[in-house]
Amino acid sequence: MSASPSGRPEYSNAVVRWIEYRLPVFSAANEFMGTDYPAPRNLNYWWNFGSLAGVALVLQILTGIVLAMHYTPHVDYAFQSVEHIMRNVNFGWLLRYAHANGASLFFIVVYIHLFRGLYYGSYKAPRELLWMLGVVILLLMMATAFMGYVLPWGQMSFWAATVITNLFSAIPLVGEGIVTWLWGGFSVDNPTLVRFYALHYLLPFVIVGVVVLHLLALHQHGSNNPLGIDKKSPKDSLPFHPYYTVKDLFGLGVFMIVLALFVFYAPNLLGHPDNYIPANPLQTPPHIVPEWYFLPYYAILRAITFDVLFIPAKLLGVILMFGSIIVLFFLPWLDTSPVRSSRFRPVYKWFFWVLVLDCLLLGYLGAHPPEGTYVTLAQIGTAYYFFHFLILLPLLGKLERPRPLPRSISEPVLEPAPSATPAE
Amino acid sequence: MAEMATSQEHGDEEGTRRDFLYLVTGATAAVGTAALVWPMVDSMNPSADVLALASTEVDLTGIEEGMAITVTWRGKPVFIRHRTPEEIQAAEAVPLDELRDPQPDSARVIEPQWLVMVGVCTHLGCVPLGQAPNDPKGDYGGWFCPCHGSHYDTSGRVRRGPAPVNLVVPEYAFTGDNLIRIG
Repeated sequence: MSASPSGRPEYSNAVVRWIEYRLPVFSAANEFMGTDYPAPRNLNYWWNFGSLAGVALVLQILTGIVLAMHYTPHVDYAFQSVEHIMRNVNFGWLLRYAHANGASLFFIVVYIHLFRGLYYGSYKAPRELLWMLGVVILLLMMATAFMGYVLPWGQMSFWAATVITNLFSAIPLVGEGIVTWLWGGFSVDNPTLVRFYALHYLLPFVIVGVVVLHLLALHQHGSNNPLGIDKKSPKDSLPFHPYYTVKDLFGLGVFMIVLALFVFYAPNLLGHPDNYIPANPLQTPPHIVPEWYFLPYYAILRAITFDVLFIPAKLLGVILMFGSIIVLFFLPWLDTSPVRSSRFRPVYKWFFWVLVLDCLLLGYLGAHPPEGTYVTLAQIGTAYYFFHFLILLPLLGKLERPRPLPRSISEPVLEPAPSATPAE
Repeated sequence: MAEMATSQEHGDEEGTRRDFLYLVTGATAAVGTAALVWPMVDSMNPSADVLALASTEVDLTGIEEGMAITVTWRGKPVFIRHRTPEEIQAAEAVPLDELRDPQPDSARVIEPQWLVMVGVCTHLGCVPLGQAPNDPKGDYGGWFCPCHGSHYDTSGRVRRGPAPVNLVVPEYAFTGDNLIRIG
């Protein structure tokens, strides 16, 4: 490929030229992630997680479609169809474990990707929509994962479905009607299972659509970078291919190793043994817990044990649980600091890590029964979470004195120009 | 700069090393993709429980001479006819050059009085008539396919009509005096 006098790429292969003239896929691909797409030269490994999330999505879809060929979405057959997959279907055990552990890895990767955004201010202008689309993807992932977990129809599947669908009864007036509508009956039963199957198959493709929008928004202004300052010249960037394609491939290799460790050495570590017991509507397991990636929200939900004014505790817990994600939508406006990257925000940096610890703590508490100290700690954790976003961030932007920003991305790396005065 | 000059000198070597790296990366990617895709493709092959149903045992006691039964094997009908001596003789007497798909009767049976065939017409897959006593048996005393008019003789060989080959004889074996295992 070479550039013609008109600037449009000319390809040496005649077949490529034929296609390109009719449907410019080759130049589009090159502008999307090839040598024609500039990326900041200083991206660190925290920037690998976006591409890993994309790979995880593709992996889930591929394994999911193949599993769907063997699964039976009926309360009398679902559990045994999953065992049929594990025992009879060629490589069924591998596909099932890849799908289950792939979901966990998908969430790990997305949470790291999210916290990268929090640390480096990737949600700030002009990337507000990019961030909000990401939150939409997170919500869709959570709905998909929840419904997917119900499908094996184990004890945890059934009771998690019962607990979470029952939450909607907290809504005043229409709550009970909504729950009956969700169930398609008077309890979680076959109609619920079958519609969850239909939606679990559908939502990943909706996620793909939102990911496309997410990438379009990203490419409008390009990636953020660890310094949080905009590109000033071509010296500040590198062509995406080969530098970041290779780096992303390396990151993919590490991701695959981690996935393989889970799938082949600890396939049930992140799961709950009770889900190997077929669902029994007449017997609740002693401790109902969701999968690990929902634990922080579960902790927030159960932390609210008291009514506030006219809002009953149950409703308030639901509001705060969903609110913990909704608040993320407003982050670009809640954070008033003109500085993007925490590298230059010494005070915010500490609070970022407190937030990380807070989320880990809430996750830990979500796995424990809501009694005694666990509840108190969960209340403190929930309080800090909302304090961080609703009070701390708006104030900190105004009060914090940021460190001086470098002049450009390449400046800290390349030698300063001879005309610049050395020491001041 | 000095580095540029030396890289020019070693231009060929650099090119070769890069080519080697491209080749190795490409090969690894190809092998990795194949390793990822193969389990997904193979999972669509018959699973262990389907393969387990691949054999069917049939008890032949009770099937009198001249009678025929139909059993299911791998989801398809299998015709088992207890042939009369006249039927066997008629089958053995046919000259091979009269047959579209030449096969001696002896090649199609283990015990001459038991004819075991997959009851699916080799034309387009209908189930031929001829099992029940009142069924039309075609002009050759065997089976008749009503869909497009294929005629099969007492050895299940196609004699007239659009079917290209004889009715398929599945792999089977006698596991007892009156017991066969198909498949």
